[in-house]
Amino acid sequence: MAKVIVVTSGKGGVGKTTTSASVATGLAKRGYKTVVIDFDVGLRNLDLIMGCERRVVYDFVNVIHGEATLKQALIRDKRLANLDILPASQTRDKDALIKEGVEKVLNELRKTHDYIICDSPAGIETGAVMALYFADEAIVVTNPEVSSVRDSDRILGILSAKSKRAMDGEDPIKEYLLITRYDPNRVQTGEMLSIDDIMELLGIPLAGVIPESMSVLQASNSGTPVIHDELSISGLAYQDLVERLLGEEVPIRFISPVKKGLFKRLFGT
Amino acid sequence: MSILDYLLRKKKKSAAVAKERLQIILAREHIDRSGPDYLPELKKDILKVVEKYVAIDYDKIQVTIENDGNCEILELNISLPDFAADTVPLTKVRSTSAAKRV
Repeated sequence: MAKVIVVTSGKGGVGKTTTSASVATGLAKRGYKTVVIDFDVGLRNLDLIMGCERRVVYDFVNVIHGEATLKQALIRDKRLANLDILPASQTRDKDALIKEGVEKVLNELRKTHDYIICDSPAGIETGAVMALYFADEAIVVTNPEVSSVRDSDRILGILSAKSKRAMDGEDPIKEYLLITRYDPNRVQTGEMLSIDDIMELLGIPLAGVIPESMSVLQASNSGTPVIHDELSISGLAYQDLVERLLGEEVPIRFISPVKKGLFKRLFGT
Repeated sequence: MSILDYLLRKKKKSAAVAKERLQIILAREHIDRSGPDYLPELKKDILKVVEKYVAIDYDKIQVTIENDGNCEILELNISLPDFAADTVPLTKVRSTSAAKRV
């Protein structure tokens, strides 16, 4: 049975697309046939993060409106043969996503793929609701910061009230908390909300903690999902997340403060 | 307060402040979300009426609906601003309506 996982957050800029790209890549690396869909119609960016922006011909909205077949619109990842990308339209607006159309595309993908990752846009409007509506599982991406935590709480309310599973009275969407841009040093000095604080506030199980790291920007600069970078703690933390999504028990790493040497103290990071 | 007290006084860490603020606002938003859809609107309307006489903030009004056996209780709490510095007046209007049977 194919699984639909939405990557959502409410707030923008917390790492939804970075997470979608890395989770999809990680699942494909583990041998699962995976597709990642960009739901951010009008502001497509997943193609850039996946490094396939120059190969976009048709998009999700074209498929929904019957202007292209799914096969024409899917872009095969250049590194992994069992990973596909379905880009968002750049010229339409979010209302182009019709529920019936989205459902039809997802049902078709369910037949051919093991995992369908839905990269949600920010906000709580049509695009975001469409991305989460058909989900079986949700990764709620949260920064250790007040506005992000509040928006995540809001999204959790929408997951439990407006999703298909909630409306049909089925088993609820399985929710996972992913904390990104975490800085253990600032948590230690009391400047940043801790993992425990966020878990207590949001009340959902923790699936991963991605430490703040330079490698995320470097990965997006080059169009390579950060999970490919095995020398980066963020890349490794994403690998751990993928293993936990697959039901494996993996301890959370990279959450203890790192002591800065005298040199770094004097000359900065 | 002596200078020593001032120097030794521990400043509250900003993360603790953030957590406390979030606990309060999330609890409030959960109440708004869990009640019927008209609750936030009702609250705004009550605020309009009260504001004619006393200046108060939106979060000084609390409207909750509780299920008490076979009737629903609409509870309305309005905290009026401090007139005397040492007292905290709290006007509590509790209207019980058994109009809606469950």
